[in-house]
Amino acid sequence: MEILHALIVLSNFVIIPAIAYGSQLALGALGVTLVYGILRFSNFAHGDTMAFGTMIVILLTWWLQGIGISIAPLPTALIALPFAIFVTAILLLGTDRFVLRFYRNQKSAPVILLIVSLGIMFVYNGLVRFVIGVGDQRFSDGARFIISARDFKKITGLSEGLAIKTTQGITVITAVVIVAILFWFLNKTRTGKSMRAFSDNEDLALLSGINPERVVLYTWLIVAVLATIAGTLYGLDKSFKPFVYFQLLLPIFAAAIVGGLGNPLGAIAGGFVIAFSEVTVTYAWKKVLMYALPENLEPSGLTQLLATEYKFAVSFAILLIVLLFKPTGLFKGKAL
Amino acid sequence: MSEPFLVGEAMTGGYGNGPDILHDCTVAVEPGEIAVIVGPNGAGKSTAMKAIFGMLNLGSGNVKLNGEDISALTPQDRVLKGMGFVPQNQNIFTSMTVQENLEMGAFIRTDDFSGTMEQVFDLFPILLEKRNQSAGELSGGQRQQVAVGRALMTKPSVLMLDEPTAGVSPIVMDELFDRIIEVAKSGISILMVEQNARQALEIAHKGFVLVQGRNAYTGTGKDLLADKEVRKSFLGG
Repeated sequence: MEILHALIVLSNFVIIPAIAYGSQLALGALGVTLVYGILRFSNFAHGDTMAFGTMIVILLTWWLQGIGISIAPLPTALIALPFAIFVTAILLLGTDRFVLRFYRNQKSAPVILLIVSLGIMFVYNGLVRFVIGVGDQRFSDGARFIISARDFKKITGLSEGLAIKTTQGITVITAVVIVAILFWFLNKTRTGKSMRAFSDNEDLALLSGINPERVVLYTWLIVAVLATIAGTLYGLDKSFKPFVYFQLLLPIFAAAIVGGLGNPLGAIAGGFVIAFSEVTVTYAWKKVLMYALPENLEPSGLTQLLATEYKFAVSFAILLIVLLFKPTGLFKGKAL
Repeated sequence: MSEPFLVGEAMTGGYGNGPDILHDCTVAVEPGEIAVIVGPNGAGKSTAMKAIFGMLNLGSGNVKLNGEDISALTPQDRVLKGMGFVPQNQNIFTSMTVQENLEMGAFIRTDDFSGTMEQVFDLFPILLEKRNQSAGELSGGQRQQVAVGRALMTKPSVLMLDEPTAGVSPIVMDELFDRIIEVAKSGISILMVEQNARQALEIAHKGFVLVQGRNAYTGTGKDLLADKEVRKSFLGG
């Protein structure tokens, strides 16, 4: 019984939140890793691309709520998502056309493109703050829980509750579906294969008649889908704040690098590694240990290794360890 | 004599704005024949081939395919015209399977290319066996077969090979040469650069010996092998 309680508390506060957070990071890291693999630069604007996409979702959600459309118990944001992806795609393609293409034609070094992406990041960042403001926005509606702690206790008769939020459920299901579609696209379709070929060996891809501009177009479309969905899921699960999305860049890059830059499978694994590390290191283990350990060994303190304010230190530390000992990441990726 | 099928005529040029590497250099190949470019290190063998494929700027001279002047075309457009090119290095997609490599070779084709793929598998049976294996896991000789197979997927009329036997064992080299002869017999012209001058000239219809970017000797493979000067200077006696 005690062990069961420990497991329930652990699931409720660590495993389920980390799976949801890991899925969001994985989707974000997939976008970063695709840009790195195919366009060959680290896209620092990715966090703010997510913020932009989410902002469009929020604006559309407000409008839809205003005219009374809803798909309760699911959040209204899901209807807004396809339209927001479309708008984000236009923004990304416009940026590519008017900014990045110039540097691509110059065959600029990756580090120059990285700095360019930093500039784009500031522009997107300013754009988002200008339109929606710097404050916290909540836009999650519909049912709050798939199963609430109280219901869980009632059904099982246990004294500890296990809650699964609707947003957590949606996050995991959406992430699985999107990843499945992405891998099918990359591995089975002609266009997807041409993108992998371009990423593998650009010169040979050109010799094979693969049109680089088409590959770039499809890459940005996929990035728009991934970034908008990742941002919206994160916003639904927590809340939307432009600065937080800017900060998300660190765990997302850590996830992509830990998994191996340019390797989609690695990005997913990296997302979960980072999420689980962050959550476990900043979680106060007292309650779990209370149940799991014999009575006399109960900890008197909170047994929290790191305050939640320092959660970014976890991504940083993992990033450093990986770069020092396995620069190509857990899966075979490109070295930085 | 009628005009050769593919000819780079009196080519002069170099990479970018650098110095000229080729000086008035002419290389040509007839339909279904094998032409080999040989010469000492730094003679501009690979450069001559790249010039024909449009990978460097020609100061003067021109490239003609089947009588048509293609000097102004990009390498991609030359692929569409029926030229296949196998670079010396990084000539396969290492992270993709053998079959995907061949599919990418056929990327510009909109028709059904399964017949061509079967022909490639007939030519290189080992590739059929390893079709679902990642090309990066193959041996050097097998990689070259993938590279040649990839280039054949566009059904080119001329195949250009840049040192196809670099870094493979002598046995594999003989086998590769046999396959190249087979390809030529199917009507595809072959233009290749080779380090192994003697073996290459043995299978060549025509040989071009380059020295310092100029044509030093030109003749049939047999003549060059028999030529005293060529033997002394390039074939080790």
